[in-house]
Amino acid sequence: MSPETATAPAARDKSGSDTSRTRARAQAARNKQLLVYATRVLLLVGLLGLWEWLARTAVIDPFNFSMPSKIWTQISNWALNGTPQGSLWEQIWYTLYEALLGWIIGVFGGVVLGITLGRIRFLSDVLGPYVKVLNALPRIVLAPVFLIWFGLGPASKIASAVVLVFFPVFFNAFQGAREVDRNLVANSRILGASDRQVTLQVVIPSATSWIFTSLHVSFGFALIGAIVGEYIGATKGIGLLVSASQGTFNAAGVYAAMVILAVVALLAEGALAFLEKKLFRWRPVDSGSGT
Amino acid sequence: MSPAIELRGTSKVFRTPSGALHTAVRDLDLTVERGEFVAVVGPTGCGKSTTLTLVSGLEEPTEGDVRVAGEPVDGVGEKIGFVFQRDAVFPWRTVLSNVMAGPRFRGVAKAEAKERAREWLARVGLASFEDRYPHQLSGGQLKRVALATTLVNDPELLLMDEPFSALDVQTRALMSDELLELWSGTGASVVFVTHDLEESIALADKVVVMTAGPATVKEIFEIDLPRPRKVESVRLESRFVEIYREIWSSLGEEVRITRERGASDVA
Repeated sequence: MSPETATAPAARDKSGSDTSRTRARAQAARNKQLLVYATRVLLLVGLLGLWEWLARTAVIDPFNFSMPSKIWTQISNWALNGTPQGSLWEQIWYTLYEALLGWIIGVFGGVVLGITLGRIRFLSDVLGPYVKVLNALPRIVLAPVFLIWFGLGPASKIASAVVLVFFPVFFNAFQGAREVDRNLVANSRILGASDRQVTLQVVIPSATSWIFTSLHVSFGFALIGAIVGEYIGATKGIGLLVSASQGTFNAAGVYAAMVILAVVALLAEGALAFLEKKLFRWRPVDSGSGT
Repeated sequence: MSPAIELRGTSKVFRTPSGALHTAVRDLDLTVERGEFVAVVGPTGCGKSTTLTLVSGLEEPTEGDVRVAGEPVDGVGEKIGFVFQRDAVFPWRTVLSNVMAGPRFRGVAKAEAKERAREWLARVGLASFEDRYPHQLSGGQLKRVALATTLVNDPELLLMDEPFSALDVQTRALMSDELLELWSGTGASVVFVTHDLEESIALADKVVVMTAGPATVKEIFEIDLPRPRKVESVRLESRFVEIYREIWSSLGEEVRITRERGASDVA
């Protein structure tokens, strides 16, 4: 086992015919990729076109189901002229702000409590049943309660986002802290680590991959918490757009708000994936995860 | 001077998940002198590893006395190094950072820890790999990292639990030679647990044969092969073969007992 690693043999060292074959293979791979993208776009266009056509020919009721062109008009109208509640960007910003703040608080609380309970057996034995009971509660019903407690402002939405985010993060952090490689902990103790050092430098880094899986899901939950909170009662936000559109029988408005939400969620997901890539440089790259 | 390790009438009983009691080690007496390289061989699953965890302070004995350097063991000692069977490296740390972990845990300043870590990486031949992550290394390289990580703490007592069992045969011989070379300068005592008799004779001053579980000492053999040794060549010497035959007559019986037990468990 020599310390030098073998570098992958470069294709161009081989004869000319091999090079052309390599190129042909690369071309084929690229074509396949292109076909996937093209089919994807075609599928979307086809579905939207079908929807538009069915609505225009009144096969489906355009009042209930609206149509893509109307939704698009609604979005651009909101973007250019503002919504009845104020500028569109302000609504997006409000929802995002509530979701983000709720998410951060929920994640922080979940991680801290999850790791603590995962490390301290006594605490997890005492609190375990209570956590289970709280988790069994359909927490979205707390949104009206929070509205009563915290009023129409952002605080009530943040609170409902927090309770939705907390539990998945908590359980994952707890599990992550429990499933730390015992060998690794034993080794750290031999190397001279104190309990605190084991927690901070072994348990938490080991649990991060567990925690990160929950972060993806939980940002979606934060958005749900914020939107539902806004839907029930608010002065600003995308959820309010939905309920206001619904109140005026504006189906296009409801769909338009949904589209905006989807875009926001996708962007947030992308940012999270980027962060994860930065943080997990130490992990082997898994091959063939092309999304 | 008191011996490096003294075990007196030591027993360890575990409670299995089903609630039954399992005796891993029973009434064990063993003395390891300072600077001595002792190999412990025995059938698989006989409690050799448990003996090491008792000496390291990771586990407490149920009965009896465990002393390291004359002091009763109470928790993990400062002067102990432990190389595990599976590589216990931090996957999220670079090679250099892994080797620095021990000194850093013990409060050594960063610059000094880095210097010492680099020194040991050079000694195990991984100087140019310090920025790699563990998943980018081969099995033999990981073992070197584990060795450097342990030795950087200057242990007086080195415990090794089948450290090379996961390596291929050639890498294994190479690592054994390197271990002997690294050890020769340190004056540390080594307890090397293995189920490979050849490996144990090639490395050790003394081979301890354990009984089929629960583990207790069956017989102790002095290995009078001259040092320095090269693992590949020493095993061809006639004296080596003689010793091998002698120890195998003792160990073979225990292996047979274990095998028969395993067969009756299956039946």
